[in-house]
Amino acid sequence: MKTLATLFRNNVREYGMLIALIAIMFFFQYQTGGILMRPINITNLVLQNSYIIVMALGMLLIIVSGWIDLSVGSVAAFIGAIAAVLMVKFGFHWSVTMVIALVVGALVGVWQGYWVAYVKIPAFIVTLAGMLIFRGLTLLILQGEAVGPFPVEFQRLSTGFIPDYFNYPGFHVTTILIGLLLSGFLIFLDVRSRKNQQKYGFEVTPFYFFVIKNVFITFAIMWLCYLMASYKGLPNVLIVLFLLITGYAFITSQTVIGRRIYAMGGNEKAARLSGVNTPRLLFATFVNMGVLAALAGLIITARLNTATPKAGVGFELDVIAACFIGGASASGGVGKVIGAVVGAFLIGVMNNGMSILGIGIDWQQAIKGFVLLMAVFFDVYNKNKGG
Amino acid sequence: MSDVILEMRNITKVFPGVKALDNVSFSVRQGEIHALVGENGAGKSTLMKVLSGVYPYGTYDGEIYFMGEECRFRDITESEKVGLVIIHQELALIPFLSIAENLFLGNEQAHRGVIDWNKSISKTKDLLEKVGLQESPNTLITDLGVGKQQLVEIAKALAKEVKLLILDEPTASLSESDSEKLLQLLIQFKEQGISSILISHKLSEVSKVADSITILRDGATVETIDCHKDVLTEDRIIRGMVGRDITHRFPPRESNIGEVIFEVRDWNVYHPLHKDRKVSSNINLTIRSGEVVGIAGLVGAGRTELAMSIFGRAYGTEISGKAYKHGQEIDISSIDKAIDKGIAYATEDRKAYGLILIEEIKNNITLANLKAISDGGIVNEPKEITVTSEYRDSLNIKCSSILQLALNLSGGNQQKVVLSKWLFANPEILILDEPTRGIDVGAKYEIYTIINRLAGEGKGIILISSELPEILGVCDRIYVMSEGRIVGEVPAKEASQEIIMKQIMTQKEVMEL
Repeated sequence: MKTLATLFRNNVREYGMLIALIAIMFFFQYQTGGILMRPINITNLVLQNSYIIVMALGMLLIIVSGWIDLSVGSVAAFIGAIAAVLMVKFGFHWSVTMVIALVVGALVGVWQGYWVAYVKIPAFIVTLAGMLIFRGLTLLILQGEAVGPFPVEFQRLSTGFIPDYFNYPGFHVTTILIGLLLSGFLIFLDVRSRKNQQKYGFEVTPFYFFVIKNVFITFAIMWLCYLMASYKGLPNVLIVLFLLITGYAFITSQTVIGRRIYAMGGNEKAARLSGVNTPRLLFATFVNMGVLAALAGLIITARLNTATPKAGVGFELDVIAACFIGGASASGGVGKVIGAVVGAFLIGVMNNGMSILGIGIDWQQAIKGFVLLMAVFFDVYNKNKGG
Repeated sequence: MSDVILEMRNITKVFPGVKALDNVSFSVRQGEIHALVGENGAGKSTLMKVLSGVYPYGTYDGEIYFMGEECRFRDITESEKVGLVIIHQELALIPFLSIAENLFLGNEQAHRGVIDWNKSISKTKDLLEKVGLQESPNTLITDLGVGKQQLVEIAKALAKEVKLLILDEPTASLSESDSEKLLQLLIQFKEQGISSILISHKLSEVSKVADSITILRDGATVETIDCHKDVLTEDRIIRGMVGRDITHRFPPRESNIGEVIFEVRDWNVYHPLHKDRKVSSNINLTIRSGEVVGIAGLVGAGRTELAMSIFGRAYGTEISGKAYKHGQEIDISSIDKAIDKGIAYATEDRKAYGLILIEEIKNNITLANLKAISDGGIVNEPKEITVTSEYRDSLNIKCSSILQLALNLSGGNQQKVVLSKWLFANPEILILDEPTRGIDVGAKYEIYTIINRLAGEGKGIILISSELPEILGVCDRIYVMSEGRIVGEVPAKEASQEIIMKQIMTQKEVMEL
């Protein structure tokens, strides 16, 4: 029988960051006198960090492949600029604009993926070049000015909320329902996977721990939904995020292509000698990153309701930090989607909490840098102790 | 008799699971050329690494005396300080630095951290003169041929005031005239009182220049021959190198050989970087079902390069030639195509090329055939677990769970994971490259049993091995490779280690003339 202590020790990397996130949330909740967890602030937190999470999903795959992408902030700005000009100056319909934007994002990925995967130029250099190229193109397209505003439908991508079908005044009942459905579904999945593990004779966590975990998750979801329901309900962007996170978590853990990406990052030569077409796969991860950066660009642009030449400056650093805080390894082959999401929230909560406290941008940056270093140190320390 | 300059007493070096050196004693006299010969894996390089401090004092048992004093080297700089310099087979020069910069690397002619270039250059000129190399000290290493690079290495050793020079296969990649020059240089050094240890596979040059020859086999000294007193024949050396009794090291097998299933004709491969170097030339191979075909040869004979070039062009450029399966020409121009056509290649370097060490056993086994355990691109994990558990049981992989990381397995078990991966890909032709390298005797036996079982199922197996007894004990038919060519083909029943060694050696000499 495993004790809770050994269980925690064995999974310290998985739970460590989650616990750090919760601790930091409590810390800011206390320091800000309860502002952090107010419904309106929680909603804002999600809106402010949505694009970081979207890009972190793509970045995680690139980091797991063993590379890095420094250009995502510039690419997001570049796509935002294209979308803005298409809608405002050329009067394109918002839906057509979004499709074009995502396609251009994919083309950006094709461009960078080609150089990295087929010409074998290190991604650090290719994407450093990309960072400059796409920032420059952004300035060129916008001719140095902010472009906006946009049709309301486009803005809803970031600032809209899902409709309520119940009309209960001051409370968004649909949100609660969705929360219940989601909780039920997650419990169902967990029970099923536990049964499967038992069937094949794998060691499973103690039953009481399993119960505590599910109660905790359900409680967290329902509480979040309650907070949102007492404001305006679930933001549209949260639904998009949820679908993306689920999709990418599934791809990375359950599909052939996910397997191959981890294998490629773990040992590129061995993967290639096992029949994995590694250049094509690496190329595909860059195309994927391009599309996600484009989506993030649309979300930022819709949220600000203008496209500016300075949009997305420094975002690549938050995105990369999110992946590393979430346990991805800089040498490739290691990292989880859920880790990157937790990492992104950790950074988001710190940004938000420190802003509420009125801490200047100077200290914010220094503190974030320190947290990144400590998180990775924690990882390295655990690995050395374990090995 | 002149004084003994080096004496190594009772050296024993153990690697996990393998005793690489077993109570070896070895001594070199002042001003002699002492040749060290033995098969691959006999322990020559290990002995030299112990001597030069690559394996520091404390990681081996025994004593080393150099010029009368006991030496306990912690690293290679300490052994170089007393005048012991080793020149490795792979040259350790920095290609984009000049000769002068390389010569004094780590030994810079500097005053308070500032390099005195005039002094460096003039010293370099002196040293180059000593080794008979007419090049400007400012020439970049990359602009020199291999033979000249070798001379730069020797000049570098002279710069360190060498007293005992150790050369590991110095002529392996040299032309005949360059080799001759190098050997003359060693004789010249001898007259100046610099002793050398010469590790070489080329018995002709050994018998030409050596004053003594020590033969190593299986990590133990067989004998030391004094070339000036004893009767020296190449046969005597070869017998010493290979002569060991082979009893019950290989499980017996009933050969049941069928039709030709795989054939390679007129196969030519060029080196990926040096595009004018042919690494395989005019290779013709056939494999029948149920047959185990060995490829024997020394390290560097081009066996791995040939195997990898056949396996979806994983090595080499400008590959030409045709491959046939069951008489039909097949396209194996990429690795996934080769796997599709039923060819598998289990690498000699399982850590670098065979396994994803940071992943689970399960994921490693299914990597080459994910199709078989997935539906529509989604991995069917229950099926995967069932399949990999079967391999764990049938190949006897010792692990706590198939979810254990490959990293934490012993060498033999890692090799079984690699084999499982390729068995799961269900090939008809399985190329095994040094499948028993670095694993213990028990695990070797298990691997041989697996080979026999596969042959019994009608698969064709190519076994590349540098251990001749293994080739003789496991194979039905043997190809002998040397310098990228197949220089002989013998049925295992008629083969012996002497015959194979002779084919390799004579071929080498013929080609060098």
